[in-house]
Amino acid sequence: MKPLHFTVNGKAVVTRVAPRTHLADLLREELRLTGTNLGCEHGVCGACTLEVDGAPARSCLTLAITCEGAKVRTIEGFDDDPVMAALREAFSEHHALQCGYCTPGMLVTARDIVIRLPQADEARIREELAGNLCRCTGYVGIVRAIASVIAARNSAAGGR
Amino acid sequence: MKAPAFGYERAHSVEEALLFYASGDEDAKYLAGGQSLGPLLNLRLARPSMLIDVRSIDELRECTQTPDGLVIGAGVTHAAIEDGAVPGPVGAFLAVIAHGIAYRAVRNRGTLGGSLAHADPAADWVSTMALLDAQLDVRGVTGERQVPAESLVEGPLATKLAPDELVVSVRLPGWSAAARFSYYKFNRKPGEFADAIAGFAYDPERGVCRAVIGATDGAPAVIADALELLAAAEASEAAVTAAGFEPGSFEHHVHAVALRRARDRLIAR
Repeated sequence: MKPLHFTVNGKAVVTRVAPRTHLADLLREELRLTGTNLGCEHGVCGACTLEVDGAPARSCLTLAITCEGAKVRTIEGFDDDPVMAALREAFSEHHALQCGYCTPGMLVTARDIVIRLPQADEARIREELAGNLCRCTGYVGIVRAIASVIAARNSAAGGR
Repeated sequence: MKAPAFGYERAHSVEEALLFYASGDEDAKYLAGGQSLGPLLNLRLARPSMLIDVRSIDELRECTQTPDGLVIGAGVTHAAIEDGAVPGPVGAFLAVIAHGIAYRAVRNRGTLGGSLAHADPAADWVSTMALLDAQLDVRGVTGERQVPAESLVEGPLATKLAPDELVVSVRLPGWSAAARFSYYKFNRKPGEFADAIAGFAYDPERGVCRAVIGATDGAPAVIADALELLAAAEASEAAVTAAGFEPGSFEHHVHAVALRRARDRLIAR
């Protein structure tokens, strides 16, 4: 076990981890932040996607021990985020989730698309979503939800 | 799907990383972004005794233009390259390649040097750096040397690097402003490992025309004088056969199509 100091959703965390423990397991098993879901555990499904130092990362491919000094933000850490609030609303409105298992990772990826690619059209949104698998919705609602948030932000920015 | 137990050390300089290697045993491995090693650990296909984390080494993240070309730190992430970390026309080409690697969440952590050292024959940088005639600056416990990207890979996940050797940077020759590049990869889903890769790099000012056939069973096949291939699309089939693919096979067909499409893209530029 090795010492680890990092920040999770704005709170300082001091703990000890085995080097083999990945970030998702530490968050779920020790910190009881079970909003991060694990699917494939080899980087393909995207369910465990969260933010490390402001950028999306696979928590199953991120060893917890490598997060020394890092700022980790899980789906539980976006309650006050206006973009995430708009996405939550849009996901609900466009039926962008059914079982909800992919949703935490999907939302983190969606937020990254909205902020990083304000010009993204449907094709680009679909391409960017290639790393997040949803087996319920067929993606139509997810793509529409993200496109609607991008459109709303662009019209708000244009009207200013 | 949980990694086996291993030790862990975090290095803050290349010297320190090499020191950790020298004081451990030979089953230690360097860890950069961990986006290829992570799955192998979780699947227990890789069982290192210790991981030496090189993510905190600032030197590995530098990217500089030199009179001879470009030097890209091995620890530069795919996402940084996608976002334009590498200057000039070569940087613009590399940005397109980087955008096609896996997914953004993976690109945010995965690194250029890590991908090369991992040596999956279907990885984009393995083919791209061979195409661009790059040299890898490598440092080991007993010294440093350069390894041509073209002859780095010996087979799937096997390279000419000794276990103690760490890729420090990737050195690209000075492609002129007139140089043009093209790349085509065939995969069934964006972000998947490629079934076939092909690329062209043509610099009329330096009289260089190279092509690459990638996603092979081992090293990418580099055609150092690809002018003939550029002149005639029909030459693609023979080039793919020369690269070791069996005529009539699916692999032959898909590589030949990729090569022709890369050629068409270069001409269209």
